[in-house]
Amino acid sequence: MFLTKMLDKFGDYCMFMWRVMAIPDKWKVFFKRYLDEIGKLGIDSIPLIIIVSLFIGSLCTILIKLNISNPLLPRYTVGLTTREIILLEFSSTILCLILSGKIGSNIASEIGTMRATEQIDALDIMGINSANFLALPKILALITILPFLVVICMATSLFGGWLICVITGIVEPDTYLFGIQSLFIEWYVWFALIKSLVFAFLMSTIACYYGYAVQGGSVEVGKASTDTVVVSNIMILVADVILTLLLL
Amino acid sequence: MIEVKHLSKTFKEETGPRQVLFDINAKLYDGKTNLIIGQSGSGKTVLIKNIVGLFDPDQGEILYDNRDITKMDRKQRKELRKEIGMLFQGSALFDSETVMGNVMFPLIMFSQMSAGEIKDRAQFCIDRVNLTGSENKYPSELSGGMQKRCAIARAIALNPKYLFCDEPNSGLDPKTSIVIDELLSDITHEFGITTIINTHDMNSVMGIGENIVFINKGHVGWIGTKDEIYDVDNDDLNNFVYATDLFRDVRKYRREHGYKPSRDKK
Repeated sequence: MFLTKMLDKFGDYCMFMWRVMAIPDKWKVFFKRYLDEIGKLGIDSIPLIIIVSLFIGSLCTILIKLNISNPLLPRYTVGLTTREIILLEFSSTILCLILSGKIGSNIASEIGTMRATEQIDALDIMGINSANFLALPKILALITILPFLVVICMATSLFGGWLICVITGIVEPDTYLFGIQSLFIEWYVWFALIKSLVFAFLMSTIACYYGYAVQGGSVEVGKASTDTVVVSNIMILVADVILTLLLL
Repeated sequence: MIEVKHLSKTFKEETGPRQVLFDINAKLYDGKTNLIIGQSGSGKTVLIKNIVGLFDPDQGEILYDNRDITKMDRKQRKELRKEIGMLFQGSALFDSETVMGNVMFPLIMFSQMSAGEIKDRAQFCIDRVNLTGSENKYPSELSGGMQKRCAIARAIALNPKYLFCDEPNSGLDPKTSIVIDELLSDITHEFGITTIINTHDMNSVMGIGENIVFINKGHVGWIGTKDEIYDVDNDDLNNFVYATDLFRDVRKYRREHGYKPSRDKK
């Protein structure tokens, strides 16, 4: 029963995506909406990303310092390990899990409310491909902006680690800076950026689908919002495992 | 003219199939206010959604000036929909757009007009529905009646041949309802639009019903005009139309004194 329901949902999702992946009715309107979405989904998320990244970066540094007390390990290991954690997991996966709560629920509730108030029916009646009109700018905007957010997250997290070193002196700041530059593997940055593209696609399409599929009123909009966050988080983690196995 | 021929519609539900419309036949005329009336749950909203193509019927034909929408592909439907304006029960205005933005929207999407022409046309429509001065307001800043008028302005922006209105008076006070009814009637005659209004508001029926289709339990129960409805011998229709003492008294008074509604006397 559960499997049938899941397959049914997946079929619906594929049908929805088939409608989304069409040529926009009017390019000028599409680009305007696309730029608006970059602002709304991406630029508006920067303050949250900076705050979260600063704290996570500093926390990573503190915890690694507390847990690596072996005199055989060089002191710059703290910086090095912090960098690896930030680049490999936090800046892409954990950030996207956090953003799926903010961006995913925002998209699902916006589109869901449009469905509940017949605004989507109004678009359909006008002869507009409503799935394409509403979802495509959001999907492309998130795919475009998320890698930049990931880079901001990487930089801010590493800065957060340095800041905590300066404030508390748990590691000498110069040693931390030496650590984050040591044994650097460029591919890890690309790996994080590739993951962010996949996560952006998953996050935005799942949110658009759940919002578009709303049937009913405010209760269903709330449920769609919750389902979006739950399903997005699961899919992000599944994709993370697969991509890590494939790319590392 | 829109012709509906032998239309049936069934929904698949968890408890089994449920047929909502049974062999519907009706004609909806150009330049007239065509009213689809019936009790809640009678199937009139399903009928209107079939006519505009939001639902696909099980069988039957829906002819827009001899063009059958049920046989059209997506591209043909898209073209036809440019000729259709629709006023939704809840107005369905775009929250993020102002009144001007809402009215300009279909013009931006589908017309080949310049920016100046689009603005002029939108302003004409806004003025026509008496919303002058509210161009920069958002839907949340408008009253229910103003939202309906804005939705009418948006629906007529592209000069539609067919205008569909789903419960245009729901949630409005009687006086505002009359304003909306008269606006719809005036626009219909002024622009020669085929207007189809889905309603159970008896004031609308008696006021602007030039062609009335009564839907009863998914069947066509009666077809006629507002003048004929007073004296029709149909129990289902009479139970629906004369459900209140007021309307029963109106019928009685009319039969005794040849009463005519004041809006017709003008």
